[in-house]
Amino acid sequence: MIHLLRGAFVIARRDFAATVLSKAFIFFLLGPIFPLLLGGVFGGIGARVASQTEQPVVAVVSSAQDYSLISASRQRIADTMPDSMVVQIAHYAPEPDLAAQQKKLLASRSPPVRAVLTGGLADPHLTGSVRSDAQAVAQLRLILADAKAAPAEPPELPVTATATSSGSVAKDRALTGQIGQMLLFFLTLLLSGMVMSQLIEEKSNKIIEVIAAAVPIDSLFIGKLFAMLAASVAGIVVWISAGALLIQLINTGGLRNLPDPAVGWPAFLALGVVYFAMNYLLLGSIFLMIGAQASTVREVQTLSMPATFAQVIVFGFAATAVAQPNSTEALVAAVFPLSSPLVMLARAAQQSELWPHAVALAWQAVWVFFILRLGAKLFRRTVLKSGPRAKWWKFSRA
Amino acid sequence: MLQHVSNSVAAAGLAVEAVDLVKDFGDTRAVDGVSLAVPTGSIYGLLGPNGAGKTTTLRMLLGIIDPSSGTRRVLGRDRPLDAAREIGYLPEERGLYPSMYARDAIAFMGALRGLSLAEGRRRADVLLAEHGLGDWSRKSIRSLSKGMAQLVQLLGTIIHKPRLIVLDEPFAGLDAINQGRLEELIRREARAGVTIIFSTHVIAHAERLCEHIAIIASGQVAFDGSVAEARGRLRPIVRLRTRASEGPWRSAIPEGARVEAGEWVFELPKGGPEPLLRALLDGGAGIETLAIERPGLHDAFVAIAGNKAAAAMGATGNGQ
Repeated sequence: MIHLLRGAFVIARRDFAATVLSKAFIFFLLGPIFPLLLGGVFGGIGARVASQTEQPVVAVVSSAQDYSLISASRQRIADTMPDSMVVQIAHYAPEPDLAAQQKKLLASRSPPVRAVLTGGLADPHLTGSVRSDAQAVAQLRLILADAKAAPAEPPELPVTATATSSGSVAKDRALTGQIGQMLLFFLTLLLSGMVMSQLIEEKSNKIIEVIAAAVPIDSLFIGKLFAMLAASVAGIVVWISAGALLIQLINTGGLRNLPDPAVGWPAFLALGVVYFAMNYLLLGSIFLMIGAQASTVREVQTLSMPATFAQVIVFGFAATAVAQPNSTEALVAAVFPLSSPLVMLARAAQQSELWPHAVALAWQAVWVFFILRLGAKLFRRTVLKSGPRAKWWKFSRA
Repeated sequence: MLQHVSNSVAAAGLAVEAVDLVKDFGDTRAVDGVSLAVPTGSIYGLLGPNGAGKTTTLRMLLGIIDPSSGTRRVLGRDRPLDAAREIGYLPEERGLYPSMYARDAIAFMGALRGLSLAEGRRRADVLLAEHGLGDWSRKSIRSLSKGMAQLVQLLGTIIHKPRLIVLDEPFAGLDAINQGRLEELIRREARAGVTIIFSTHVIAHAERLCEHIAIIASGQVAFDGSVAEARGRLRPIVRLRTRASEGPWRSAIPEGARVEAGEWVFELPKGGPEPLLRALLDGGAGIETLAIERPGLHDAFVAIAGNKAAAAMGATGNGQ
């Protein structure tokens, strides 16, 4: 055992140094900036495109008086939600040939007309490419009903503002959980891919045989996994520190303004690192096993694709737990080892109890132990295999 | 059973003993019942054509892969990896991290064998200077020539002062000068009492260096013993040039003799040189030249492993 751990340490030390002291690690640290920049650039472009694109409207062919009531009613609804979510309307005075006017309006491109409302408030009729159960039609019904009714002053509603409420906190915490899950998922997937690529490089360098002759091959497996884990934890610490500093600088009130996760920030961040470690060790082991089977990058890509897809499905499964953390689905996702770290991190954002995390971490540790052992065993059997490959149905005898 | 064997190993002073090693890869049997006994302090050559099973045998001896069946004992230990700190291994396919400094690459290989990184670096600097690579100590592996990189890996193989050095095709890819240096390094280590096993398909190296050899062909050991024993399996070769082309002396020429460049070439008859010489003189051969040569290892290899294996060795370009 000491021999194994010592060998793993030697390999982990080399891999860690090679990773952290390489120029590529600077790009790795700068990695999160690129999606933020791209998001900003494309978000800005999208917003400009959206604002410049003319929204389709419902042409209201009516008297000016009717339109005034309809427009006021629409405005009352628009006051309760973003204006872009309320059906857009435009007024047209009736022409002698109503049918021809209707036809002309439906063919109009400036503004693009979605439907034409005729008959005013007395006998409204909608013509156009809309279904009767469409959201826009439902909104128009409300608008017309409100416009027909005698306008009444809304009752006074005195408001006493509090910093938080259960509703707002739950929403914010769910968002924190979702973001945490997403970061955990993408980071783990990225690093698992990286550790697998390193293994392939090692196999192509032929250094693997020198290592295998000196230390148990399990040492290589464990050393590589933990070296990348250590490098990524170093990266996470840098990202968290940089992120906190940035928020402190640009947000009035700094970190205090962020919605607190249910377990509090220190515990949440600590759990985030531990769950990341668990998730990475589970997924990284699987990817290393895949890497051991492959000898070229092309083979790796082919072999890792099913594992990546499976992980995306697991992520989707875990994401359902955010909405209802105490549901049966969430419990199943928390028990399933590959989704457990993702689910539990989201839970840490939403629920304040710490004991479920102790149980989950113990459960995940058991699985990490078994998967590491299985991974190391398969890795040992296949990583240096030369000659024809054993058939998969004979794998147990290999 | 291995315990009994190990006792005999210790008694016989064997550094390595393998008994009936078998390795199957799927349906292919790469090694088929190889047994070896490597005396401590010897230079032991593993000869055979490519694909004979030499590398697989070495990998099993070192514990890189487990045999399908059979046992092996290395430096008195049943599990070869337990003796890893006392073993140095240079694989056939050389491997170094391209971005590492030469001294760090050597120190890393030492660290794998239990040497501290600081001590490894100190020894690496000394070894590199001794072998004319002192100026390259802090240069990356990718900046070295192929020969230099091979030397660096070889130095990494001996950095921890092993008792057993295993070299898989160590001469492959080296020019004549570096081959000579490597031979000298092997001899120097052997003089220091280190056991050296090396595989090769170049018989000349084995002939110059080895005291003991094993000839492997088709995954089996065709011969295991001293070089002298291998040669002893063949009778000396007679090369004879005569002035007379015909005459009674021809009856002294054995059946199967061939003519090469005007000379008769045949195995020395069992009676030895005197009866042959007398018959030639009495028969009026008019001897111009007569040479009795000891057969070379290549001839012994051909006789032991068969012409097919010998042709395979020759086909690699270094058959002699």
